[in-house]
Amino acid sequence: MADHSIVIPTRDKLFNIREFFTPTPGNIISGIILAVGLVITLIRFTCGIGAVANLDDNQPWGLWIGFDLLCGVCLAAGGYFTTVACYIMGQKHFHSACRPAVLTAFLGYAFVVVALLYDLGHPLRLPFMFFFPGTTSVLFEVGLCVATYLTVLFIEFSVAPLEWLSCRFPWLIKWRKILVMCTIPLTIFGVTLSTLHQSSLGSLYLIAPGKLHPLWYSPFMPMFFFVSSMVAGASMVIFEGMLAHKGVHHYMDKTHLREADEVSFAFARAASFILFAYFMLKLIDMLVQANLPYVFTGYGAWWLVEMFGFILLPALLYAKGARDRSLTFCRLGAVNAVTGIVLNRFNVSMIAFNYTLPSAERYFPSIWEICISMFVVTMIITVYRFVVYNMPILYEHPNFRDGH
Amino acid sequence: MNRRKFLTLMGSAGMVSALGTAKVAKAGVHTFPYYPDSYGVLHDATRCIGCRRCEEACNAVNKLPKPEKPFTDTSVTGTKRRTTAYAWTVVNKYKVNGKDVFRKLQCFHCNDPACASACFAKCFQKQPDGSVTYDGTQCVGCRYCMVACPFYVPGFQYDEAFDPLVQKCTFCEPRLKEGKLPGCVEACPMDALTFGRRSDLLNLARARIAENPGKYANYIYGEHDAGGTAWMVLAPSAAAGKQDQDAKDAKEEKPVVKNHEDEFKQLGLDRHLGTQPMGELTYGALGAVPMIVAFWPVLFGGAYAISKRREARFKAEKEAHVEATKNDLAAAVDAAVRKIEETQGPGAADTARRAMAEALKSREMTSAAEHGEDK
Repeated sequence: MADHSIVIPTRDKLFNIREFFTPTPGNIISGIILAVGLVITLIRFTCGIGAVANLDDNQPWGLWIGFDLLCGVCLAAGGYFTTVACYIMGQKHFHSACRPAVLTAFLGYAFVVVALLYDLGHPLRLPFMFFFPGTTSVLFEVGLCVATYLTVLFIEFSVAPLEWLSCRFPWLIKWRKILVMCTIPLTIFGVTLSTLHQSSLGSLYLIAPGKLHPLWYSPFMPMFFFVSSMVAGASMVIFEGMLAHKGVHHYMDKTHLREADEVSFAFARAASFILFAYFMLKLIDMLVQANLPYVFTGYGAWWLVEMFGFILLPALLYAKGARDRSLTFCRLGAVNAVTGIVLNRFNVSMIAFNYTLPSAERYFPSIWEICISMFVVTMIITVYRFVVYNMPILYEHPNFRDGH
Repeated sequence: MNRRKFLTLMGSAGMVSALGTAKVAKAGVHTFPYYPDSYGVLHDATRCIGCRRCEEACNAVNKLPKPEKPFTDTSVTGTKRRTTAYAWTVVNKYKVNGKDVFRKLQCFHCNDPACASACFAKCFQKQPDGSVTYDGTQCVGCRYCMVACPFYVPGFQYDEAFDPLVQKCTFCEPRLKEGKLPGCVEACPMDALTFGRRSDLLNLARARIAENPGKYANYIYGEHDAGGTAWMVLAPSAAAGKQDQDAKDAKEEKPVVKNHEDEFKQLGLDRHLGTQPMGELTYGALGAVPMIVAFWPVLFGGAYAISKRREARFKAEKEAHVEATKNDLAAAVDAAVRKIEETQGPGAADTARRAMAEALKSREMTSAAEHGEDK
């Protein structure tokens, strides 16, 4: 078969990491970002948050929450979106997209927790929320769901490392069998938890009606966040597929390559519909809350940019891409939709937050905060590469072709 | 209609709807205040002279680090300052219709505090004496309390590397326990701060408003705002300042503001917080959690069952179809072979049967290979 070019780790050569040591631009840039990130990490944990971040008393949540947490969780929605489509809704031809999606979701959530440790004043006390549960807090629900869902994702994902390691430790095959049997319950549990915490990220801001601009503040924020997370999930699968085809094409087997375009078209169609619905939801919400006059202010113009440039436009791009079966349009739509989601989260958490304060008291992230966020993203990419180089993510392991 | 006026109008519309929900909430379990005997402080902004003695006393009794500029420098009140981790109370100067008015800011000690509702490690507690206390030993440092606080009060020790905590006015809880007044109240030379039971303070405030017509805005800030607060503010009437101004420049007549929105806005106090505690805004979303936990598995389990069932039926139909086709083929082959046997003899019939069987077999194999890969 043509799959022969894929390097499959064997009993004697368990690790395939030579690609990290070739001096490609990607490797060099990653290396620099990781080095800088480590230095800033050292400063952050020895001199305090104030030493690296522009956070202040008015803006206690900045880029690390707005990007690393809100966007990180949202963009990792591909995990539940793909597994539900494949296992629950019976779209078997999405199967080759499931593992990459679960991997990205798992890494996304794991590094959300890592990034959170930078932002917390007492990172080691994170488990305190289970000892002193503040059940009236939305954040408690988010924490509980993220912790549980991270465990679920870990179990879902661990099938791949088990397959990888089983060539040296054959007793792992038994465990793999048990995990594969749990796929359906895990998927259902996963979508339940995702619904809860994706929406709760929006609920977090329900408590601050005076601080968030009325065009973004809405009692329906939980719903907006959940609906847009579906879009983010579908878009990320397409977006990430696009990047993977550039970087790790030689680890994809025939099945993956054959199904990849179909997955893109199907997800583009789904995302297009959901984006239209999301657009209508936001529009109707604005009208129902009598916020129309705000639309003609400065913030209103910005809101229109988000609505038309980053919700309606990707919906149209997706619709065209799915209809004409044009991969280019689907990918354009995916890039546009992902940027739109990030923009929305930035608006809620930073740009339209504290809108009443004079501009001198407003927040802008420091260069070091941005570096830490880049550091986290680079760590995700590096771990993703390691996993893809070694584990059967983009190809089916020849020893485990037992059907699905 | 200018923008501010418009926003004010919008805000009052919001207030009306908020009042509507508050009425519904009253039908529920709890009413405010939770602790009818709790203490509070009434800050009379008409008496405050901006001397910063309260700031100095707060700094001293709470052993906070000394600020760069001494407390005797009252010019700092001119720039807008907020409470921080190291300054738990600040006095700022505001212009209310052209007149200088000083207002003290500190934790309002809400009846049902947003910070306590937001904290996921239960650090904040509304005490029966009225204070909202904070226990830093279990603080994770997430700062959601600061996001939640509608008054921008809690400050965080960003400069602290290993034990950064959220800090805010404690209502001098330790001093209250000793039977002493809060530091700032004791230090105030103008009697602008009155300590007492919250219920008494409300009566006192109403009496002051009634006895001094035209002096005060007819609204006690904190009586109902954000669900009610222990620390409340009396603002000077906008009309009082306006008379002086009108005398200076007899400008166009402005209608008197009925809801006293203006005074408080100019005094930097948000009148649009609504009358329900901020935490209640999240309870609807939190209430949906058990519903989703209960219903989602059923919904998605059902979807799974449907797709599974459909798949099984599709498979059965396909198998039946394949079977029927096979039977049809066999019958056709039989008929053809019989015909050949009749016309050309048994030898030709045998050859024909073998050829047809082989052709069918090879077709089946190619289709099986295609199908197998598709699986």
